[in-house]
Amino acid sequence: KEILAFVTKEQAQSRLNNQIHTFADICWDKCITGTPGSRFARGEEACLTNCVERFLDTSLFMVKQIQQRQQLQHTSL
Amino acid sequence: MSDFLKSAADPKQDVAAKKEALMNTIRSEMALAQAQDLLNKTNEKCFAKCIVKPGTSLSSSEETCLARCMDRYMETFDIVSRTYAHRISKESNQMKEGAL
Repeated sequence: KEILAFVTKEQAQSRLNNQIHTFADICWDKCITGTPGSRFARGEEACLTNCVERFLDTSLFMVKQIQQRQQLQHTSL
Repeated sequence: MSDFLKSAADPKQDVAAKKEALMNTIRSEMALAQAQDLLNKTNEKCFAKCIVKPGTSLSSSEETCLARCMDRYMETFDIVSRTYAHRISKESNQMKEGAL
């Protein structure tokens, strides 16, 4: 009852966290190319924020592409 | 089961306390798992970056590199977290405005 709602919420939170882990993994590889210093080199921080934003843009783009292709299939039937 | 019989005094309060305890246990388990994930990832990334040719022990320059790398990876995690949260709230605000 109450527990179920709580667990569902925690699961959603957990999925969000996993996404963040994925982003950190991918964007670290893309942006931090040299040896890590005592702070980020110029542009590394910007690269990280851009990386997350562009990844999300990519997801949205892919969804739109698939929708377009589905529409084309329907009209050609 | 014997606990169930003992708490005849205020069963409602007892159930509520048990619920709270269970939720706290779940919360701390999830936090622990998350921390472990982060640590494992940090190990993986920083080993790759800092230990180029494994020797018979960690050199002091390798240790320095690892310490810096850990700080940077944790910072990366924070930056990514904030960017994602910001973007999500932006998207959901846009959706709300679109619906009006």
